[in-house]
Amino acid sequence: MGQIIKVGMADFKVGRGPDIVTTLGLGSCVGIALYDPVTKIGGLVHIMLPDSTKIRHNSNKAKFADTGIHQLIDEMKKLGAGESRLVAKLAGGAQMFEFNVTNEIGNIGQRNVVASKEILGKCNIRILAEDTGLNYGRTVELYCDTGDFLIKSVGKPIKTL
Amino acid sequence: MTKFNFEQVNDLYIDVLKEIGNIGAGNATTSLAKMLGIKINMSVPNVQLLSIQELTTALGNEEDTIVGIFLELEKDVNGSMMFLLDLKSAHYLANHLQGKPIDNEADFDDMDISAMKEIGNIIAGSYLSAISTMTQLVITSSIPYLTIDMAAAILSVPAIQFGQVGDNALLIETTFGNDTTLSGYFILLPGLDSYDKILTSLGIEL
Repeated sequence: MGQIIKVGMADFKVGRGPDIVTTLGLGSCVGIALYDPVTKIGGLVHIMLPDSTKIRHNSNKAKFADTGIHQLIDEMKKLGAGESRLVAKLAGGAQMFEFNVTNEIGNIGQRNVVASKEILGKCNIRILAEDTGLNYGRTVELYCDTGDFLIKSVGKPIKTL
Repeated sequence: MTKFNFEQVNDLYIDVLKEIGNIGAGNATTSLAKMLGIKINMSVPNVQLLSIQELTTALGNEEDTIVGIFLELEKDVNGSMMFLLDLKSAHYLANHLQGKPIDNEADFDDMDISAMKEIGNIIAGSYLSAISTMTQLVITSSIPYLTIDMAAAILSVPAIQFGQVGDNALLIETTFGNDTTLSGYFILLPGLDSYDKILTSLGIEL
């Protein structure tokens, strides 16, 4: 039996099949799961903001899409994952309240998704699937055995990406 | 440049902020009780300095489904205010306000949502007017926004707001409810730069 490894907000964790890496209740934050199908090493980062360079208090790398994704890749490589084999799945980036989307916080979910995809693109990591945007929260589970990415939401059937 | 930062929070500030919570929530609880014609109690306010990560679990499990009513604060004080209710309490309030059978737990319809937003409006108004009177600051709120979802997803909204300026959040929280069915939270989350104004308006030297 593998472990269930829990990732908090502005946090990342790495596992290896048959571990399950999970984060609970993503709202406007984005959960980016990276997976190496050969070594079955998987990792998940729960980012809150798009860009560390725009903010002075940026010591927690897992808080931001740019630094968080790089940190996760490094950690997975240390465990033996091959960078060129990594694939990505992402979820979250919802707009939890119907704010005026012109203000900075109003569209933070969308900006988190855009930034995450940009960083993945720069790292040449292919995005296999995503479940992002809209207006509801998501709990995600990455199964390191298979690379399956399960998404659970209130009042909706479970999705597997 | 704001003088206040979360690293220098001391007992005096905490006591003053508790009093803010006490007066605001006290006024809000009275309005709610009057509107519903029931007796409602409230707790002593709790002022907590948390890391932004802890904010999402401060009130219970991340995955509990709750009703969140959110209002943005504007003018002299910025930040946000939230009312959080478990589903049972939300049904109880919506039913009570609309004269529906009290044990009705059918899915929330548009009228229920409007009723709860109206509750949000009234309690925010009374909470904020009490603080305004006390501090002589002008505080207005946006229209109420409502969502029904996992607690962590709802609380990620203020967590991100605080996350933009630091790694901590200060939460002024009061529990309200009655002996049986009703329980919920009032949460006031002033932005970092509002603390200077709140504290100095009450004669606290920073």
